[in-house]
Amino acid sequence: MTRSPRILPDRLQSPAARALRSWEAILVAVAIAVFVTNSFASPYFLNAWNLSDATFNFTEKALIAFAMAMLIIAGDIDLSVASIIALASTAMGVAMAAGADTPVLVLVGIGTGLLCGVINGALVAGMGLPSIVVTIGTMSLFRGIAYIVLGDKAFTGYPASFKFFGQGYVWWVISFELALFAVMAVVYYLLLHRTSFGRAVFAIGNNATAAQFSGIRVARVRFILFLLTGVMSGIAAVCLTSRLGSTRPSIATGWELEVVTMVVLGGVSILGGSGSIPGVVLAALIMGMVTFGFGLLNVPGIVMSIFLGVLLIGVIALPRLLRRR
Amino acid sequence: MNPVLSLRGISKSFPGVKALSEVQLDLYAGQVTALIGENGAGKSTIVKVLTGVYQPDAGHITMGGAEVQFPTAQAASAAGVTAIHQETVLFDEMTVAENIWLGHAPRTRFGLIDRRAMREGAVRLLEGIGASLNPDLRLRDLGIASKHLVAIARALSIDARVVIMDEPTAALSHKEIHELYELVEKLKAQGKAILFISHKFDEIFRIADRYTVFRDGQFVGEGAMEDVTEGDLVQMMVGRSVDQIFPQRARNIGPPVLTVSGYSHPTEFADIGFTLHRGEILGFYGLVGAGRSEVMQALFGITKPSKGATRIDDQVRVIRSTSEAIAAGIVYVPEDRGKQGAVKGLPIFQNVTLPSLPRTSRAGFLRLAEEFRLAREYTQRLDLRAASLDQDVGLLSGGNQQKVVIAKWLATKPRVIILDEPTKGIDIGSKAAVHEFMAELAAEGLAVMMVSSEIPEVLGMSDRVIVMREGRIVDEVTGERMTPEVLVRAAAGLAVAA
Repeated sequence: MTRSPRILPDRLQSPAARALRSWEAILVAVAIAVFVTNSFASPYFLNAWNLSDATFNFTEKALIAFAMAMLIIAGDIDLSVASIIALASTAMGVAMAAGADTPVLVLVGIGTGLLCGVINGALVAGMGLPSIVVTIGTMSLFRGIAYIVLGDKAFTGYPASFKFFGQGYVWWVISFELALFAVMAVVYYLLLHRTSFGRAVFAIGNNATAAQFSGIRVARVRFILFLLTGVMSGIAAVCLTSRLGSTRPSIATGWELEVVTMVVLGGVSILGGSGSIPGVVLAALIMGMVTFGFGLLNVPGIVMSIFLGVLLIGVIALPRLLRRR
Repeated sequence: MNPVLSLRGISKSFPGVKALSEVQLDLYAGQVTALIGENGAGKSTIVKVLTGVYQPDAGHITMGGAEVQFPTAQAASAAGVTAIHQETVLFDEMTVAENIWLGHAPRTRFGLIDRRAMREGAVRLLEGIGASLNPDLRLRDLGIASKHLVAIARALSIDARVVIMDEPTAALSHKEIHELYELVEKLKAQGKAILFISHKFDEIFRIADRYTVFRDGQFVGEGAMEDVTEGDLVQMMVGRSVDQIFPQRARNIGPPVLTVSGYSHPTEFADIGFTLHRGEILGFYGLVGAGRSEVMQALFGITKPSKGATRIDDQVRVIRSTSEAIAAGIVYVPEDRGKQGAVKGLPIFQNVTLPSLPRTSRAGFLRLAEEFRLAREYTQRLDLRAASLDQDVGLLSGGNQQKVVIAKWLATKPRVIILDEPTKGIDIGSKAAVHEFMAELAAEGLAVMMVSSEIPEVLGMSDRVIVMREGRIVDEVTGERMTPEVLVRAAAGLAVAA
């Protein structure tokens, strides 16, 4: 048998050509459409300070969405993220009541998130329980603890220096939260798309068995992903508590679904295996602008959530409808 | 006597594989016909043709003289053909009666399921085969043997004329096998035509009246059991077929690389011991379920052995995970390519570099240029056919997926490579390429272990063959003794030929 080595090209399509046909391209179009519609619909939309204010309605959720995107790509999910915020915020409240200062409060918030992530990760990756069941369980558990501690009371009176995380500005209209969102977007972009850890996440999401058969430490990667959602929820809890200036046990109720919506809208397959951080960033911007635009037009909240629901289904169904031609 | 069911000129192809080529088969009322053949001879395919799962590409099926077709499983069962499979398909959460009647339950006149008739019918059917089982028990509460009885009762509930038993004794104990034989006698007495598939010669000689032999998807012969000996059947099963050409290679066997001793697992294998040398191809032959893959997966860190030691270059190495195995230089090309081998959805180059990421990345950051270079180097060596290295592995043919999996392992520069059924289900061209490549690897000093159920492949490629049966090593075959007869006899538990 003669062997004629054939030279395979690296790619048939340049990364740029591929990007043009990607999900992200659709999202960019949607984002532009929403932006243009908003600027025609309300004279107050195109104002730097208004736009800056608008970013607060997605930055905290987006922080969690970055970690959630990686988790969903790996084939798991964490529905306890909003409850982690409640628990972390409560823990900060308790620490504040005990006289802790800002640095300690931040550590307590993030530490609580980390601890919750350890619990979820140990149950899912360590014991092999299904993540959707485990995190529905911890969703009730974590918020339940917050309710027991707080009852119908609230923690208020956080120190003035603590306000910076949710109310401070880094430069001109750029808030601390917006800056943190941008930094985390870059960090998660690098982590998911530029490191071998990120590659392992995609491999596990596409075929966890084959990934294990390829020497990937599947359980360890899954455990780390739960730590990340826990920590990001803790960071979001710091920002949100600082922004609201108070802790109630009902804080961030329903956020887990908004975070998942953001991730799925961003093009992450709910079945795992594919997705991107730029997609999630775009989805966060779209959701933020839609919420803000509707707010300017005094559209009731319920209509807003109907619109987001339709948007989600529409954007998900679109490629499938197009492919059917 | 005319056959109840008769197949003539049945052919069936799958992409790259001719599973059946103009085979014939006759089944007679009140008689047991044994279907005999090696793994891959086409036995399972013919069962699927008979039960309406596969449609033959050519040929005729006649029942009672009239031509019939089985476009669906329902059509086959309506015609009175029923099968009891190796792994019985039953539902653990349903009762005995529900399992028996699923899909054709008796109805009341309002069209609802008639539970009482179901229960009574179930009891009647079970008694007919000498089983007294409570029809209201959930299946998960029954043992494997009782489940088998339920499966048989289910098969009889459609008033079958033809009963196919596909390795029915594989999971049964000695006593249960005995009861099964009695049951077969009862079915014979009721005039059923029985097709009995088994690898065990003792039971074939015990209960079969007739035999039919397939080899490599072709009909070899048939006749009455009283006219043949074991030796004749073995000869018919293994007789050299289409000549495959295996690469010639210089045997250049070096020092030991891997030594395994006393390797045991609670259920899958016991007391496995062997030594593997540099430059050697060590074949593992046995029937499906003999525990070969399980041993290999334990060596690769997938399953945990309960006892035993592995030494690499005379150093004891404990391997608890696949990453430790890879670090120790042991890699495994699995049999189940789709599930365990290729990560479909990821492009070719990412599949190739997956276990080598520590090498192709720097401080955890990927270096794509490095990945493409490594992927190109090894896919080129294997003569991979693909559009580009960025193509999704899931879009490749089976043979090319296998090449990607092998390339992935070679890129880790292993010392020991384990190939589990490396050419199963891949086309002839890729097969030859894989064989040639294995020879090359051995020549370069790699130690190769190959699990294969294809006798020509095992004999053509191996320097030495270990035969396993029921989780144990039963023979180690070298030199002159490397013949099909020796392997088949050892694997089936027959005495060594005189």
